[in-house]
Amino acid sequence: MTRRFAHAEREVAALDGLTVTIRRGEFIALLGPSGCGKSTALNCIAGLLSLSAGSIWLDDQRIDELPPEKRGFGMVFQNYALFPHMSVRQNVGFGLRMRGVPSAQVDARVARALELVQLRGHEEKLPGQLSGGQQQRVAIARAIVVEPPLVLMDEPLSNLDARLRLEMRAEIRRIHRSLGRATIYVTHDQEEALSMADRIVVMKDGRVRQIGAPPAIYGEPADLDVARFMGYRNELAASVEHVAGGDVMLSGGLQGRAMAALAVGAHARAAIRPEDLALGAGPLAGRVDNVEYGGRDSLIDVVLADGTRLHVRSSQPARLGEQVGVTFSPQRLLVYPAA
Amino acid sequence: MRDRTILLAAPAALLVAALFIYPFAYGLLLSFEPPKGDWLANYTQFFSSDRLWPTIGITLKLAIPATLINVGFALPIAYRMRFPSRSQKSLTTILVVPITLGTVLIAEGMLTYFGPRGWLAQFLQLVHLYDGPIRLTHNYWGVLISLVISGFPFAFLLILSYVTGIDPVLARAAATLGAGPWAQFRHIYFPLLLPGLAMCFCLAFVQAFSVFPSAVLVGAPAGPTRVISIAAYEAAFELYDYSLASAVAMIMGFVQLAIVAAVLGARRLVYRGPVTGGKG
Repeated sequence: MTRRFAHAEREVAALDGLTVTIRRGEFIALLGPSGCGKSTALNCIAGLLSLSAGSIWLDDQRIDELPPEKRGFGMVFQNYALFPHMSVRQNVGFGLRMRGVPSAQVDARVARALELVQLRGHEEKLPGQLSGGQQQRVAIARAIVVEPPLVLMDEPLSNLDARLRLEMRAEIRRIHRSLGRATIYVTHDQEEALSMADRIVVMKDGRVRQIGAPPAIYGEPADLDVARFMGYRNELAASVEHVAGGDVMLSGGLQGRAMAALAVGAHARAAIRPEDLALGAGPLAGRVDNVEYGGRDSLIDVVLADGTRLHVRSSQPARLGEQVGVTFSPQRLLVYPAA
Repeated sequence: MRDRTILLAAPAALLVAALFIYPFAYGLLLSFEPPKGDWLANYTQFFSSDRLWPTIGITLKLAIPATLINVGFALPIAYRMRFPSRSQKSLTTILVVPITLGTVLIAEGMLTYFGPRGWLAQFLQLVHLYDGPIRLTHNYWGVLISLVISGFPFAFLLILSYVTGIDPVLARAAATLGAGPWAQFRHIYFPLLLPGLAMCFCLAFVQAFSVFPSAVLVGAPAGPTRVISIAAYEAAFELYDYSLASAVAMIMGFVQLAIVAAVLGARRLVYRGPVTGGKG
């Protein structure tokens, strides 16, 4: 799928060449920073935006020419988009009434959907009388009551507070499993994507950077941008001294794991997570510049001699200004060619 | 200590009292002090005179169709133009012009354009589309056209502001649930617009009901467009009976109030809450 927007005098591809096949029962997360094209992708699938190029197929029917009302996907919007003048019952039953389902059946299916999102007893309330979490459940019930082959969710949890967000994550997974349909879930929150999805599509600047299961995205980011986005906050510049299979020897005595083809003598960038670094004798050394207490462990900033700042998550105490060594397992230092 | 910030409203309250409540009370009392007869004599005279009481019907016959036309046409056009665009901007600019012109100038323009020897008649006769006499001024139609020209832009701009205030995501949500364009209007936009439409109807109606200059200039003020404000004017400035004129003005106000109260009363039956779909 490709979607371009006319932007001043040049055309900008908000979504460029996304190709993905989603299987029945699968939970897919579109993950990326804001402006990466993930919502554009979702709106294209829903039919709210037309494609500039490409096609969308549901089983063996081509649907990208169909208007949204003919596609029959359920969609949950970021701000819920509940109809403010309709009761919870009418909101949830709307899609069924539009499909001409007899009213006795509508009532039974609405009741079942409200059961699923645990909202029985609120049928006659207006959306304005519900809390944010309840509105979210109504929005989900409204999207799933028509039993769509695909449920689209556009950052549905971003308006909820942290505790409710955790509860709803589990809830959405549970609903997804009980329906057995496919779900596409758009989010900018890595944790949300990792905890909920079967497969994650990482996007940046309208392009797909990596598609994979959560452990692959977490442990083996395809490029430096994905690594940065997935929490590899530390980066070291070095040159390649020796490559042996997957192992790389870098200047400065650093040992790491090659994530792409690396030429000896070329510039490289090595990325590692704060939780994969530890204080202790190792190839790196510097001065403690900042300590953020975080309960079980602390986030310690260490400034190296060349000015590079490392973030180290460590349960060991450290004093400001102290000279410390930093160590890590070579398997956790991911080495990418420098751009 | 009591909150004294309310006193800040005093100057405005005084102004309202001086400009509105005092003249209204004065007129009300004046209407019960006829030069001859008992205190209700003006009202008995109004409702028994063939020259006075039919003016209510005549005015309603102009004001209600004019209001229905203005609101009825403004709604679909405003709905079509609900998304910001260049045409939306240019149309709103063009439509502001009649509002600023004033009814007298509009009436003058209408005489040139719609009159028996006006451009429209000449054009129709030139192309032999219609050869009979065309009478669109100095009768009922002249006043109705004038009320539409001056009232439509007002209704359009008001409804446009209501339509654009409705969160377009609601219609998109309805579309994903299977609602086509008509169903989106029927089930989402229209119910959410109803309170605004009722308000627009009231304002447009009050404006049309108090028609005066165009009823004289492009109407037939002796007969078919002898509206209630003409009756009040005649009583005040031709008969110099201010008491009767006040009574006519009171009756005029009462009719307007009755219609507005009825429409706003019906408005209470429909949903009037926020027009967005949840947290922003």
